[in-house]
Amino acid sequence: MNQPEIWHHWSGYLAAPRYQYSVLAEYYAVRDGVAVFDTSPLFKYRISGADAEAFLAKLFARDIRTCAVGQSQYTIWCNEKGFVLEDGVVMRVAENEYLLTAARPNLRHFRLHQGDFDVSIEDVSKAYGILAVQGSKSGLTLGKLTDAVSDLPYFGVTNTSLAGADVIVGRMGFTGSQGYEIWIKAEDALPVFDAIFAVGDDYNIVPLGEDALMLLRIEAGLLLIDVDFDSARHAWVDAQRETPLELGWKWMLRNLDQDDRDFVGRSAIEAEIANKTSRWKTVGLQIDYYDFERVHRELGIMPPKDSMLAQETHSLYDADRNYLGYATSVMYSPLLKKHIAIAKLPLDKCKRGTEVYLEIVPIHKPALVKANVVKMPFYNKTNE
Amino acid sequence: MNNSNSQTYDAIVIGGGHNGLVNANYLAKAGLNTLVLEARHLIGGAAITEELLPGYKFTTFSYALSLLRPDIVQDLDLVAHGLMVLPMPNDFHVNYGGVGLRMNADAGHNYHAVAEHSIHDAEAMDDFFHMVDRVCHAMKPLMDSIPPNTVSDAAADREYLAQFNDYLDSLDDDLKAQLERFWTGSMTEILDEYFESDFLKGYFSSSSIIGSMCSPSTPGSALVYLFHKMGEYDGEFGSWGFHKGGNGGFTQVLARAFEAKGGTIRLDSRVSHVKREGDTATGVVLEDGTEFNAKVVVSALDPKRTFMQLVDPATMPQDLIQHIEAYKFQGSAAKVNFALTDVPPFPGLEGNKSAFQGFLNIGPTLDYLETAFQDALEGRFSRRPFLDCCVQSTIDSDMTPAGKHVMSCFVMWAPYHLKDSDWDTERENLGDTVQQTIEEFFPGFSALVEHREVVTPLDIERIVGLSEGNIFAGELFSSQMFFNRPAPGWNQYRTPLAGYYQCGSGTHPGGCVIGGPGKLAAAQVLGDLEG
Repeated sequence: MNQPEIWHHWSGYLAAPRYQYSVLAEYYAVRDGVAVFDTSPLFKYRISGADAEAFLAKLFARDIRTCAVGQSQYTIWCNEKGFVLEDGVVMRVAENEYLLTAARPNLRHFRLHQGDFDVSIEDVSKAYGILAVQGSKSGLTLGKLTDAVSDLPYFGVTNTSLAGADVIVGRMGFTGSQGYEIWIKAEDALPVFDAIFAVGDDYNIVPLGEDALMLLRIEAGLLLIDVDFDSARHAWVDAQRETPLELGWKWMLRNLDQDDRDFVGRSAIEAEIANKTSRWKTVGLQIDYYDFERVHRELGIMPPKDSMLAQETHSLYDADRNYLGYATSVMYSPLLKKHIAIAKLPLDKCKRGTEVYLEIVPIHKPALVKANVVKMPFYNKTNE
Repeated sequence: MNNSNSQTYDAIVIGGGHNGLVNANYLAKAGLNTLVLEARHLIGGAAITEELLPGYKFTTFSYALSLLRPDIVQDLDLVAHGLMVLPMPNDFHVNYGGVGLRMNADAGHNYHAVAEHSIHDAEAMDDFFHMVDRVCHAMKPLMDSIPPNTVSDAAADREYLAQFNDYLDSLDDDLKAQLERFWTGSMTEILDEYFESDFLKGYFSSSSIIGSMCSPSTPGSALVYLFHKMGEYDGEFGSWGFHKGGNGGFTQVLARAFEAKGGTIRLDSRVSHVKREGDTATGVVLEDGTEFNAKVVVSALDPKRTFMQLVDPATMPQDLIQHIEAYKFQGSAAKVNFALTDVPPFPGLEGNKSAFQGFLNIGPTLDYLETAFQDALEGRFSRRPFLDCCVQSTIDSDMTPAGKHVMSCFVMWAPYHLKDSDWDTERENLGDTVQQTIEEFFPGFSALVEHREVVTPLDIERIVGLSEGNIFAGELFSSQMFFNRPAPGWNQYRTPLAGYYQCGSGTHPGGCVIGGPGKLAAAQVLGDLEG
C-alpha cells in the first residue's frame, strides 16, 4: 500500500509521509474525493467517573460543561501561567465518560490535577485504532456502511457498527473538508479499514500521508504543535510559550464572564485579557502572487510552487524593514493557487489587509515578498 | 439601418470559447458592459463537457489543462469561482506485449523506470528536461506579452521590437542556440542528441505531433513540442491537470467569473457579420437579424472566420487576405470517447486504476509514429493511429456512475481532407480503427465498451466552428506563429477595421486551452480605449 516505501516514526509507530508518489493526488483525494489517514499513533485517554465533567472543567480552558453526550470539542489545556500546553479533541461518549486524543503523553499532567476528583484517567492508546476518513465524499463512503453518519452534525459523536465491529464515529478532522474520525477497537481495525476501502473504491479512495495532511491542515487554519507553537511544558523561556489568545483561540474562552470555573491558567488569562498584554496574535497570511513571481523572475528562476517552503520560519517586516514577527507553515496552496502562511504579528498589525513583507531566501540571499493579513481558515468546507 | 430595437454594449465578444470568455472577463473587469455571443446552446467552444450517456460525462473535444496562463487565474480570481485543476500524477507509455513505462511524480522512481529500457536514457533525461525547462522559462515572457509588429515603421513599434531583440540577446548563448533549434528543427534531431531508445523517443516525441500535420522528424515539430511544454501546473513546465468536471467545468468557471463581473452571455446567438460605419466597427448582426451595438467588437473565432466571414474580405487589405488564405488549418486530429465498464486491461495491471491517472500514450516508437503519419500524407487516417488517452474517471469519480469509466482518446492522424472518401462515411471506421488499436495493447478492451463517440475533424469544424477542424485554430508552425499569427502586421489583435479585434487561438500565442490570446487581446483593446 505504501508505494514509495518511506516511513517515519510517530510516537513509536510507523507513519507514511505519502502512500503514492504524488502528494498532490492525496491532497485532492480529500478536497474532491475521499482518503483515509491513520491517526492511531495519537495518545488516547479515557476519563470517567462521577466527577469526570468537573475534573475536565478544571483541566481544560474551554468549558467542557457545554459538551453534551454525543458531542465533542476541540479544546486546550494550559499551565498555571496561562500558557498552552497542548490541544486535543475530547468526545463525551456517556454522561460520565470522555475520550480524548493528544499529540503527546499527558497522563502525568492529568493525574497531577486529579486531586480529590472521583475520576479515573486511563491511557487507552493501544486499545484503539483511529481512522480519519476525510474528504468531500467521506460521508457518501461511510454512508454505504452505516446509517448513523448521514445526519451527524459537525463535532457530533455516535456509536455505530461498521463491518460488524462496534465503533465510535465523530464528525471531525484535521483537513478543512468534510470528515469523520472512527475509533475502532485495535483488534477490529484491519477489517474496518478493508471495509472502508472496499466501499470507497467507487470514489477512488486512497490512503493519506502526512505530507498531504500538512497542506490540508494549513489551509484549514489548524495549528500544529511543534510547528506553529511549542508546548509550554518543554519551553525554556516565555518567549517560546504562547497563550490561547496569542494563538487565536480566544473563541474558546468567549463566555468566560459567565463561567465560574477555576480552570488551570484562568487567572493569568483573565489578567492578559484585562491588561491587554498579549504579545502577538496568530493570523493568516497570503503572499502576493505577482510579487512572488517578480522576485524569482528577476533572479532568472522559476518560483517554487511545490507545497511546503523549505524554511521552518520566515521573518516578517514592515515596509521600512522593521522586524514585526514571523510566519510558520508557509506553503503553496494547490487549490487557492497562492502561497499562504500562518503568522505571528503584533496586535496593531493584525487587521485584515495589513501589508507586511515576508523574507524568503531564493539563491541563498534574503529577499522580501509582499504579503497581506487575511482571514483564517483559508479553506473551510467541513460542513458541506 | 434599423437601430431602434438594437441593444448597446460597450464591448461584444463573438464566440464563447475559452479565449472569448477570458477576453470578456478582462473587459468586464475593466468596467466595460460586455456581451458574449455564443452560437451554440452551451458555453465553452471546444472546451465543453457533455453527458451523452446518462451519468457519463465526456470531454467531447479538449480534455486536459496545462497551458492556461497562470496570471489569468489570479487576475480573474478564478479560484473564487470554482477553479479546481486535479493533478494527473501518473503517465503510462505502452508498447505491445505488456511492455510499459509508468512515470510518476518521483524523479528517482522515473530514473529507474526508464533505466529498465536504457540506462543511457535514464541519465540523459535529467539533462534533457532541465534544458527544456530553461528554454520554456526563456520563452515565457514572450508567451505572455503582445508580440512586436515587424512590418510597422512607427517609432513605438521599432522601439518595442528592439526591446524584444534585446531580451533575446540577454539570454545565455546555449539557450539562444537551443531556442533556435526548437523554433526551426525537428523533434527527432533534438531527441537523437539525448536518447537512444526508440521506445523512449516515441514517448518523448508525443508532444511534438499533437494536433499538427507533422511527424517527429518533420522540421517544425520541435516547436509544437516546446509549445506544449510551455504549460505549467503549479510552476512545473510540461505538467498537466484535469479540471474538475472536465474542460467544460473550466469554461463554466470562466462563465461564472464573467457574470459575476456584470457580463452578459447570450446563447444560441450565431453572428452573421460585424456592422461597420466606414472603417469603424459599430456592432454585430445575428443570423436571425438581431442587432447589437458596441464600439468594441472582438472575434474569438479563427482567422478565416474573423477576416473572411464576419467581415466582407473584399473590404480588407488584399495582402492580409492572401495571408489568411495561405494560413494553414489542415486539421489532422480526431477524438474517440468511450464509456467503459472498467479501466483498460493491460497485461499484468488488470484493474489497476492508478496506471491511468494521467496520459496513456499509445505511440510506442518513432517508427510507429512515422508510419502512422505516412498514412495521413497519403490522404487517409492512420491505420494504427497515435492515441493520447485519459481515463478521467480515475481522477474525478463524478465523471461516471460508480465503478464505471470514461476514456478520452485523442487521435493522430485524421486529416481533414481525405483522398478517397469523406468523413461522414469514415466516422465509424475511424472508431473501429481506434478501438482495434487499443485492443492490440490492451487485450480485452472492446468487451468493456458500453458506448463510443467519434469526433472527426469535420465534426470539429461543424460543431465548434474551427476551420478544417484544426484544434489550434491554425497550425503551430513557426511560419504562422508570433510575428505572423495570424498574419504579419496583424499579430497584435487589431484588424484593419477600427474597433474590431481578434482574440482566438489563431492569434498569439496560439492554441490549446491557454487563454493567452484572450488576455493579451483585452490588454490591446483596453490600451486603445485609453488612447
